[in-house]
Amino acid sequence: MQHQTIAATVEPVARLIDEFHKLPGIGPKSAQRLAYYLLRMPESQARALADAIIEVKEKIVYCSICFNITDVDPCRICAAEDRDPTRVCVVEEPLDVLAIEKTREFRGRYHVLHGAVSPLEGIRPEDLRIDELVARVRAGGIDEVILATNPNQVGDATAYYIQRVLQPLGVRLTRLARGLPMGGDLEYADEVTLSRAFANRQALS
Amino acid sequence: MGAPRTYRTEGIVLRRDNLGEADKILTLVTPDHGKVRALAKAIRRPKSKLSGHLDLFCRSQLLIAKGQALDIVAGAAMIDGYKHVRDDLWLTSCAIYLVELIDRFSEENLENRALYRLLVEALEALDGGRNSELLLRYVELHALELAGFRPQLRRCLVCGREIEPETNRFGPNGVTCAACPIDSTSRPISVAALKVLRFLQANTLPAAMRLNADPRVLGEVEGQLRRAIRTILERELKSSEFLGLVRRQTAEGKIAAPTPT
Ligand SMILES: [Zn+2]
Ligand SMILES: [Zn+2]
Repeated sequence: MQHQTIAATVEPVARLIDEFHKLPGIGPKSAQRLAYYLLRMPESQARALADAIIEVKEKIVYCSICFNITDVDPCRICAAEDRDPTRVCVVEEPLDVLAIEKTREFRGRYHVLHGAVSPLEGIRPEDLRIDELVARVRAGGIDEVILATNPNQVGDATAYYIQRVLQPLGVRLTRLARGLPMGGDLEYADEVTLSRAFANRQALS
Repeated sequence: MGAPRTYRTEGIVLRRDNLGEADKILTLVTPDHGKVRALAKAIRRPKSKLSGHLDLFCRSQLLIAKGQALDIVAGAAMIDGYKHVRDDLWLTSCAIYLVELIDRFSEENLENRALYRLLVEALEALDGGRNSELLLRYVELHALELAGFRPQLRRCLVCGREIEPETNRFGPNGVTCAACPIDSTSRPISVAALKVLRFLQANTLPAAMRLNADPRVLGEVEGQLRRAIRTILERELKSSEFLGLVRRQTAEGKIAAPTPT
């Protein structure tokens, strides 16, 4: 069905629909709606959107220490003098850093994995920044690693996996307290709940 | 018209795929409706009433509303979350592998109570600390059978003669004797491994778990079944690589941390 609609559409529009369809959470219907919305947009506005997309790809890099997205390397958090380099909080996504920063509970540094171990989706430990985390810990100067992956099966499996990898290195490992609702995503947790989960983080045996 | 707009069933979560901002599409296996795909709205938000009940391999009581394109989970209450499994990386890997296996061997909207029962029994046994390797082999063999691929283990597939206690060959449909021509999908199988397969095939899960099998023989059985499944599905199960990784780590007692680059 989808092929028919695309075949009946002018080629550049079809291409745009195709590109939108590749984005997360965009079905064929939404892809069409977005494409036709753009068609009606003033050219200046369309250019601004296109420029913003190009700029994000050209100017945003990964911090060479924590792998968060940044426009300067090292990122502002890793470069800040008043942040405690001996504590590292491990999160799945850059958005989780924002959520935790809002709580003002944590004054250490981060490590962004860019995903979680999910065998069913074919996401393996080596697809994440886990080796880089091991290298960071091995390089020394880190006393505590706080595992702040999502409170669901995928996040738990990732935390347990990292626990196994880091345990032989003798670093203190903690996991956010179970106050976080199970099954949800960290980035959506409210600040109070997240602060409490931080304050009550537990040591992993 | 006339058909009920909602229905109640229990189910186990086989897959969770993100949709949009905060929704997920769940793939569930149920006793009466087989595999069901249903939308769980706003499940990624912490205030969601669904989220704690619909994590991967959770067994829950469900209320499902018939939708136009996709059914919608209207309510869920956990029956068993298999806590011991969740708190252990190896058991978690086993459970992930099991739900993928059942996902591949079940069909949408086709009742398969026995397959559902098999998964419930297996997760309970895993949670109860049974021999996980033996358990995985049991589920593989019986999932094949319940999906219509029961391997023939007593008589030769080609000539029909009773299998002798010598090295025979095993393929996706069963055993061929040493005298028959070699089929490229089969591999040699030891007498001990064939015995384990027969024992697993003939017994209920609790009875099968009493087998005290040599780990090396179980290793061979694992390879044989994995090949049979790969041939039938025409693909490797995605989670088997991770299962293998965690198995190796567990066997070594500790992980050899990757060398710094
Ligand atoms: Zn950084
Ligand atoms: Zn024969």
